Amino acid sequence: MNNQFVIPGGYKKWTAGLMIVGALSLLGGIIFLNPLAGSTGDNLDSTRFWAVLLQNSLYWLLLVNTAMFFICITTLAMGGWQVAFRRVTEAISSLVPILGIIFLVVILSIVFGHRYDIYPWLDKTAVAANKALSGKKGFLSPTFYTAASLITIGLWWYIGKKMRDLSIQTDKEGPLDYEAGKKWVLKNTSWGAAFIVVFGLTVGSTMPWLWLMSIDAKWFSTMFSWYTFASTFVSGIALITLFVVYLKNRGELEYVTDEHIHDLGKFMFAFSIFWTYLWFSQYMLIWYANIPEETTYFKLRVQGPYHGLFLFNLICNFVCPILILMKKSTKRNYAIITFMSVLIIFGHWIDFYQMVMPGTVKGNPKLSWYEFGIPIGFVGVILWGVGRFLSRVPLLARYHPFLKESIIHHT
Amino acid sequence: MSVKKFVVGCFDDEKVLFPAVKQVRKAGYKIHDVYTPFPIHGLDHAIGIRETSIHTAGFIFGITGTSTALGFMGWIFTKDWPLNIGGKPHFPLPAFIPITFEMTVLFAAVGMTLTFCYLCQLSPFLKRHHFHPRATDDLFVMVIECTEKSNETEVAAFLQSNGAIEVNVQEAETGWWLGTYDKQQKLYRPEEVGY
Repeated sequence: MNNQFVIPGGYKKWTAGLMIVGALSLLGGIIFLNPLAGSTGDNLDSTRFWAVLLQNSLYWLLLVNTAMFFICITTLAMGGWQVAFRRVTEAISSLVPILGIIFLVVILSIVFGHRYDIYPWLDKTAVAANKALSGKKGFLSPTFYTAASLITIGLWWYIGKKMRDLSIQTDKEGPLDYEAGKKWVLKNTSWGAAFIVVFGLTVGSTMPWLWLMSIDAKWFSTMFSWYTFASTFVSGIALITLFVVYLKNRGELEYVTDEHIHDLGKFMFAFSIFWTYLWFSQYMLIWYANIPEETTYFKLRVQGPYHGLFLFNLICNFVCPILILMKKSTKRNYAIITFMSVLIIFGHWIDFYQMVMPGTVKGNPKLSWYEFGIPIGFVGVILWGVGRFLSRVPLLARYHPFLKESIIHHT
Repeated sequence: MSVKKFVVGCFDDEKVLFPAVKQVRKAGYKIHDVYTPFPIHGLDHAIGIRETSIHTAGFIFGITGTSTALGFMGWIFTKDWPLNIGGKPHFPLPAFIPITFEMTVLFAAVGMTLTFCYLCQLSPFLKRHHFHPRATDDLFVMVIECTEKSNETEVAAFLQSNGAIEVNVQEAETGWWLGTYDKQQKLYRPEEVGY
């Protein structure tokens, strides 16, 4: 069994093609959408340019970071079943530095380019005039925003790198004996625990408030971060599933069986419902209380031009997964699980779209060449990064202490 | 509700049990059930019983709960006794969702529990036949149903040759109510994944 992934020609062609489409869209955006004009919201195309960049760079960053979160939760739970495809999750998470830098460039340009149309709290006169905004001055300030973003991405990067290095270290050192194995597991678990703490304090509670919720600066929801997390977790699992199925179809990943695919399908099913639960909890409380300062968020989305997307979001991310992924046989069917993964990734991309757009381009949503070109570019970057990582390390973490558990895994 | 004859073979190791199950199915004997002290992953596949239908029942119970809750609340608030509550519409769907969800879970849970008891032919005050008391402690007990075609001494010898440490023949009643949940068994296929 060849334990080395060699990037096939078709993969390289797709990677290059998708990245070129993304680059062309970005170039087109720079030429036609006047990114430097009208930072107060009077130039719609300019706002669109930055809003789409913010939406996509954040969505895909959180998506690849989910892979590291998945490694850490399964590590902490002493899970063994995921070891057979652990390298795939590692490969996806190896993109955190690259997408993190892209994201930082985007948000720092927004903040230091004084884009009031994206983040209204950047406008000092507006903040001083409004009591709701001036009350949040300490939290929604360029200094805090920048520092928190830098620390967050830095920590994801550092701890993620540690986790990946620990895994690769086992390949070099050969089979671990009992004592060394115990030490390794303790070390792996400790770094995993550290990551979970950082993850919980960032994506799980605060950072989406800064990155996404502050677009609608006057509005607030304590659930928002957790809701964003649920959205990215389910689509992150879908991304992992896509790569596992792709490699499985190429005859790699010998020890991954239908059982593993079935478990990934279960994750997708369960967390689609978890997402709906959070979505609904947020929506229902606001709908029920009917307080104007809270309902403004949903007014544009439910009754305005986003109505169609709002319903599509629910159908795509709740109705389809619950009905299609409910049966055991569908979770074991490669074609259906691939289709559902793509649908879920697209559905949550739409979810992010309707989180960002109503607060920025207001009542003029557009889904056109630029909106679709940029995410295609990001997919290309992810394909490139995953291929690069997988072709450099053995595809199976052969000396991982829990490997046997994964081989005999059975649901 | 019929009395049937069973050949009971006891094994003291999982590693002996699995190949024995395979051999028994290959030979074409009908496995009634395998009783183990703890759940064993993959055994249900290995003994070749058909997939349980309890999840289908669960889905139907759940849908019944959903429609009962929505239908009943909808009828009350639109036809029977319309009330103006906080200016909300008479059919405020988001407000109904938590109750609908609870009713779905309640119907599915209670319904599935009862279905499970029926499928396993369990009931309060009913004494079931135990094939071997040590099946709850440390023995893996394989029970083979005797049909008109099988010879019990032959089956017993077959089990013994496959590593059973104790073999005996028992007669027991299967099921008590509305027929039996007869466990259909798939025939052994050589391409099956070995467990």
